Amino acid sequence: MSAEAAHIHEQAYNGAPRILDREPLVLNKRSYSWITNRVCGIVENKQPLLWWILFVPSVLLTGLTAFCFAYLISTGVGVWGQKQPVAWAWDITNFVFWIGIGHAGTLISAILFLTRQKWRTSVNRAAEAMTIFAVMCAGLFPAFHVGRVWMVWFLAPVPNANAIWQNFKSPLLWDVFAVSTYFSVSLVFWYLGLVPDLATLRDRCKPGLRKALYGIFALGWRGANRHWSHYETAYMLLAALSTPLVLSVHSVVSFDFATSVVPGWHTTIFPPYFVAGAIFGGFAMVLTLMIPVSKIYGLGDLITPKHIDNMAKIILLTGTIVGYAYSMEFFVAYYSANKFELQTFMLRGLYGPSTWAYYFMFGFNVFAPQLFWYRPFRHNMWVVMFVCMCVNAGMWFERYVIIATTLERHLTPGSWRTYEATWVDKYTFLGTFGLFMMLFLLFLRFLPVIAIGEVKGVLPQSDPHHHDHGKEGVQEEDLMGYPDRHVPREAAAAA
Amino acid sequence: MSTLKRVHGYLAEFDGVADLYHAAEQVRDAGYQRWDVHSPFPIHGMDKAMGNSKSILPKLVFVGGMTGTCVAFTLQTLTQTNFWSSIGLGFLQKLAETYPTVVQAKPTDIFTLPAFFPVMFELTILFSAFTTLFGLLALMGLPRWNHPLFVSKQFAKFSDDGFFVCIEARDPKFSQEGTKALLEKIGGKNIELVEDEL
Repeated sequence: MSAEAAHIHEQAYNGAPRILDREPLVLNKRSYSWITNRVCGIVENKQPLLWWILFVPSVLLTGLTAFCFAYLISTGVGVWGQKQPVAWAWDITNFVFWIGIGHAGTLISAILFLTRQKWRTSVNRAAEAMTIFAVMCAGLFPAFHVGRVWMVWFLAPVPNANAIWQNFKSPLLWDVFAVSTYFSVSLVFWYLGLVPDLATLRDRCKPGLRKALYGIFALGWRGANRHWSHYETAYMLLAALSTPLVLSVHSVVSFDFATSVVPGWHTTIFPPYFVAGAIFGGFAMVLTLMIPVSKIYGLGDLITPKHIDNMAKIILLTGTIVGYAYSMEFFVAYYSANKFELQTFMLRGLYGPSTWAYYFMFGFNVFAPQLFWYRPFRHNMWVVMFVCMCVNAGMWFERYVIIATTLERHLTPGSWRTYEATWVDKYTFLGTFGLFMMLFLLFLRFLPVIAIGEVKGVLPQSDPHHHDHGKEGVQEEDLMGYPDRHVPREAAAAA
Repeated sequence: MSTLKRVHGYLAEFDGVADLYHAAEQVRDAGYQRWDVHSPFPIHGMDKAMGNSKSILPKLVFVGGMTGTCVAFTLQTLTQTNFWSSIGLGFLQKLAETYPTVVQAKPTDIFTLPAFFPVMFELTILFSAFTTLFGLLALMGLPRWNHPLFVSKQFAKFSDDGFFVCIEARDPKFSQEGTKALLEKIGGKNIELVEDEL
């Protein structure tokens, strides 16, 4: 037993708690300039072949969505599969699906910031970009769902020609306000975070158009502490504003359903259930994007197994909350003694026309994430990617089950009709993945995918008191006033 | 062609965060006012080392947020209810050419208020966020694309791994010799007199 190990042993017997190092957030003790070079290099160097292999189909798929919408406008809403009583189907499903994806970005950028989770710095930039692109995809569907898309300005709070104002008591209008606020605030938050990194790109460029453009958007940033001081306050304020905002957005989306009197929709569990589901689905999408980005661009020292592990745990937690909500919905339907409510759930889960969707939803969302109880699975990228793909699909099925299958069986058999999606529905949705990927790939091409300044700020050498107490890899607040109880990681492993 | 030049100040580089932190404490104690440190990321505790006061941004944002709440309240009550008439300000509704929207069997008086909460909440957040953005820019004095510091060749390092202190010439305690000596004493490297072209 080494001297250090003996020391730990002795401490354990004295009952004094040991203070271990935290796992490093950046591996291999990378320097500031290594981080700058590695992240800016993605933007400055030629893109790998894979980038083009993904980009070209993404553009084509975006064109497919544009074509489908053009066909819809020129022909009429009948090209979609909606018929009474299923008036909300794939379009609203896709809207809720995409808007939910965005929520993980805000969770990472705002809630994890307020709770001082420093590991967020490696993933927040890409997650926020994902939020913005997902909300853009989401916004398309309700805009075209209104039927006559050229009338979409009726949603804005301005009176129409007959001086009739919008109905502000309607959850649909709340949704307009919630989603547009969410998009605007997310964009402000993302841009504000980008400013110091745009300055880094500006300072590395040769004079020319690129330098001019980065320079304009960097606003003349010069890293002054009198600026940082206001900037950090602003960042904190935006995080504090985004936190209730993100919870409100999916709550308001759930009000679209919950405030109606349709059996299966009219439930008080919807807001928390929708928010948990949104965060769940969003984290799966973050991992779906970040694991390949990390591998392709060699960012393994910045997006470490620790980051993936943390996100997998959040997926496990929120997936289990979602599973609880599914079960509780069923229980409440039974316990309410309302036969229409109970029938809706029996049709969803046991003998309706679309029970297959219910089983996909339950299997993908509740059972697949349970793999993450085991640490080796959280550290195997193939397993993580597999589960994330399941969750991505499962969350779409969840919205489909809630929206379309509920409407298929109304109160009386006279208004029953099984919904079938048309090719326009399917290709429009497929195309939005192209739009999402295209925007994300352009983001990789032109903007720093990792928040350079923020990652530098969490390195151990960025703590001004780091050298004062001579402890590597441990921060002053972690020692809680007991510097003698600190045990280096290697020594702890040896013991 | 001769160019007129004006001294902007002295720029000195420091080795790392800890050096910069201790240097800032000493510049503060020497009594300088118009000076700043430049770093690639915000440094924990630097405001204390520099003797800065807290940002007033939260106060601005509070006012912005409350404006949002009031706008949403007015917008909704004016276009959906009789509230303004009931408190004797019916002319507002005449002026805006609005009248109560009678739908959903909801009352047209102030008791419809709960249905207005979501929009009031969203506009509070929206106005607060934009106040944060524009308030921040105003407090920082940005965007300002030209700045004398950008003339310095070494200054571009601030956005990578450079840590700088800049003491400006407009500080009352500034003197070409005294300030330079102070920067040398506290461990500054690559001390440079930054000049602004007029």
